[in-house]
Amino acid sequence: MERSEIEAKLTDLLVDELGLERDKIASEAKFEEDLEVDSLGVVELLMAIEDNFDVKIPDEDAENITTVSEAVDIIVSKLG
Amino acid sequence: MLLEGKRLVITGVLTDGSIAWHTARVAQEQGAEVVLTGFGRGIRLTQRSAGRLPRPAEVIELDINDESHMDALVAHLREQWGAVDGALHAIAFAPDDALGGNFLTAPAESASTAFLTSAFSYKTLAAGLQPLMSEAGGGSLVTLDFDNSQAWPSYDWMGVAKSALQSVTRYLARDLGPDNIRVNAISAGPLGTVAAKSIPGFMQYNDVWAARAPLGWDTADPGPVANMACVLFSDLATMVTGEVIHVDGGVHAIAAGFGEDGAVH
Ligand SMILES: NC(=O)c1ccc[n+]([C@@H]2O[C@H](COP(=O)([O-])OP(=O)(O)OC[C@H]3O[C@@H](n4cnc5c(N)ncnc54)[C@H](O)[C@@H]3O)[C@@H](O)[C@H]2O)c1
Repeated sequence: MERSEIEAKLTDLLVDELGLERDKIASEAKFEEDLEVDSLGVVELLMAIEDNFDVKIPDEDAENITTVSEAVDIIVSKLG
Repeated sequence: MLLEGKRLVITGVLTDGSIAWHTARVAQEQGAEVVLTGFGRGIRLTQRSAGRLPRPAEVIELDINDESHMDALVAHLREQWGAVDGALHAIAFAPDDALGGNFLTAPAESASTAFLTSAFSYKTLAAGLQPLMSEAGGGSLVTLDFDNSQAWPSYDWMGVAKSALQSVTRYLARDLGPDNIRVNAISAGPLGTVAAKSIPGFMQYNDVWAARAPLGWDTADPGPVANMACVLFSDLATMVTGEVIHVDGGVHAIAAGFGEDGAVH
């Protein structure tokens, strides 16, 4: 999958499954501060990514995800 | 299979790292039918996690502090199964100001929230399910404890609530024994779940486990705790009630040990 494709799929997931506003989602947007996703929301986000992209994100990697583009980075690296 | 034909209610599944999720997994592997309960917004996660179990499992909403939820759960189970063979109580909550070094300043409401949600709630679940377990000729209830017989850093009012939970276990064992309902607790070592990570410093207890556990301890593996819960649900555990069983790698038996750093923990 191309990076742009991953980004588009992730945006859809954030809107459809986490209920975020599409216009607020930008690659440098921070989940907790800019998108108002709380800690439970972050856990949900990680599970949603795992389910939709068919990847496994271990805790060590999860800790490094604070922005949309970091999430894309992790997905890219997991999809190899 | 150990739990063939058993109908079990599993509370407290949030993620597939939850102790309750692993208990549901092992129970299904051992032939049980399970219903999961989910709480508040977290129910979306419970549904996702249910999808990762070996077999499908229904998810029902349960805020243990909401009487109407408990009534609806019991009514649903009565219709669905007619009887219940056991339940896992995997519910705990303490507000931030009752944890993390705020022992002396925690307001009374926060301490009582910790008690109600984490200890009294075992009684709520037990009393709610009692008629359905009587229908089954008896049952087995299991709760999850963290051994608070000595004071821990940061655990504060959650620790006090866990001491109460052990006591609730004994009183429930007394009052439900005549209905052949067994009531026990498992005292687990630290596991890296959402609840554990929300307690400041809790995962540092792992240093204690690394130094003391004769069997070692893996904070990423709730499997051993789940296995023991399933033993307690099974007919191999008749005549066991009012008990607190440690599944902690043996730490409760050991006063101190040498850590990797050579220091005593
Ligand atoms: N993780 C550990 O190190 C550890 C060690 C010993 C005991 N325990 C105990 O195990 C139990 C399960 O926790 P876990 O570690 O698997 O974490 P978890 O975060 O996966 O589970 C905690 C559960 O409590 C539920 N809950 C909170 N308030 C509720 C309410 N009002 N009604 C219904 N459910 C509610 C949450 O929805 C969640 O599913 C807790 O009682 C915890 O204290 C955990």
